[in-house]
Amino acid sequence: MSTAPSPTAYNYKVVRQFAIMTVVWGIIGMGLGVFIASQLVWPDLNFGLPWTTFGRLRPLHTNLVIFAFGGCALFGTSYYVVQRTCQTRLISDGLAAFHFWGWQAVIIGAIVSLPMGYTTTKEYAELEWPIAILLTVVWLAYGAVFFGTIVKRKTKHIYVANWFYGAFIVVTAMLHIVNHISLPVSLFKSYSAYAGATDAMIQWWYGHNAVGFFLTTGFLGMMYYFVPKQAERPIYSYRLSIVHFWALITLYIWAGPHHLHYTALPDWAQSLGMVMSIILLVPSWGGMINGMMTLSGAWHKLRTDPILRFLVLSLAFYGMSTFEGPMMAIKTVNALSHYTDWTIGHVHSGALGWVAMITIGAVYHMIPKLYGRPQMHSIALINTHFWLATVGTVLYIAAMWVNGITQGLMWRAINDDGTLTYSFVEALQASRPGYIVRALGGAIFASGMLFMAYNVFRTIRAADTEEAEAAAQIAVVGAR
Amino acid sequence: MIVMDMGTIRGLGTVVVMVAFIGLALWVYSPRRKAEFDDATLLPFADDPEAIAQVRQAQANARKNSARNPKP
Repeated sequence: MSTAPSPTAYNYKVVRQFAIMTVVWGIIGMGLGVFIASQLVWPDLNFGLPWTTFGRLRPLHTNLVIFAFGGCALFGTSYYVVQRTCQTRLISDGLAAFHFWGWQAVIIGAIVSLPMGYTTTKEYAELEWPIAILLTVVWLAYGAVFFGTIVKRKTKHIYVANWFYGAFIVVTAMLHIVNHISLPVSLFKSYSAYAGATDAMIQWWYGHNAVGFFLTTGFLGMMYYFVPKQAERPIYSYRLSIVHFWALITLYIWAGPHHLHYTALPDWAQSLGMVMSIILLVPSWGGMINGMMTLSGAWHKLRTDPILRFLVLSLAFYGMSTFEGPMMAIKTVNALSHYTDWTIGHVHSGALGWVAMITIGAVYHMIPKLYGRPQMHSIALINTHFWLATVGTVLYIAAMWVNGITQGLMWRAINDDGTLTYSFVEALQASRPGYIVRALGGAIFASGMLFMAYNVFRTIRAADTEEAEAAAQIAVVGAR
Repeated sequence: MIVMDMGTIRGLGTVVVMVAFIGLALWVYSPRRKAEFDDATLLPFADDPEAIAQVRQAQANARKNSARNPKP
């Protein structure tokens, strides 16, 4: 489909590219997740090869689902939202194209280097320095396109979704650069510039804010556009959204130390992280309520609209996991939950329930509009996808709760003479049923993505070029 | 000479954040900014003539209903 560069039309080409790659990387990243979940049930699936061991594939799974699937979703939707709410075309088609291809190159770099064992060993920041530098350059291009577009907007206001996307871009750049400062000793080996507890603190300042600003703030930007748009009513309270924004970004940045409870990190830093994590419940729920209440008076739409169902259920999971998170950050709860599967369950109730579901809803909303179709090829298949995603997520997190509490209790159980009641292997054996249910839940969730791919494929194949070009025209009605 | 110990710095930090939050709340909920925010909240629909017409219609209906059945 041709998108002739015209100042009177939106740049939908880069949005289409990112939207399609969201689906592609979603299938690959989640499929890999199912594979490594199966490895924990059947260790023979390691194949006895270094490249296919759990330790090398697990970081690839996290990189693919967070940065490839989640990243493409954020980039595609942010370009869509910033153009439409600013009523102007992206400031540079060339930079946007560089952003798309550069990002795909980073992902290919991860797919090649991580199984080969090249890693910084920093969680969610495993990519070695040459790829990390490429990522920085691509990110700066993204920032230039996004903020440049906001500067040349035709509207008076900067819609709140763009504030969230903007914070996601700025803070992610800051986190990535600071955490990656290191001394290269060869082409694929570097050492962190920080040492000991400082290194750990900086890593989890990065790690938690990757959750806070990449997986939350960015996707809240998505929420503030697509929930009102799909529900066909404005956000419940614009004022609350402003308070939500400032409170969230002020608090999130301090919560990282809860990843380091009972470690060499100074006690005061642990307590600070705990308190900030607990207070974080307030803005998180403020945002959730704002999204949910947008539907007041329109709840009946949930009966007929599976896209809206995806968006609303994602908010429910967001509310649930932002309650669970502060609770797990309390030191006494953390003493039970830390290092167990409960953490994995918590992450996935956020990742599958919140991030993936809001993404899926947003992509189903965007695809027909990008390709000049009135709606997706099959609404029934969206509904099928919805139930597969829901059942898969529930199975996954329930299995991990059971496993996590079992492990936590078995590890801390002691006999009268002070010796441990259970060996580690006994706790591992007790976890096996949970691992089977988890792999099953993950497989059900991932299978839903295949229905999505088919549905997207059929919608695009029926694309109407003329309609799509007409839809990309920037309407001036209502512009102010 | 005033000695700034760690406790004082933490106390001041709390005060600064509290003042910032109260200031933000007052700014946001000031009636003067109502019109501005009412405008901004429509931005997701503003570039789509059909959508904006629909939302405006729904708002007008809601206003009519609340005028007929005022909230206690």
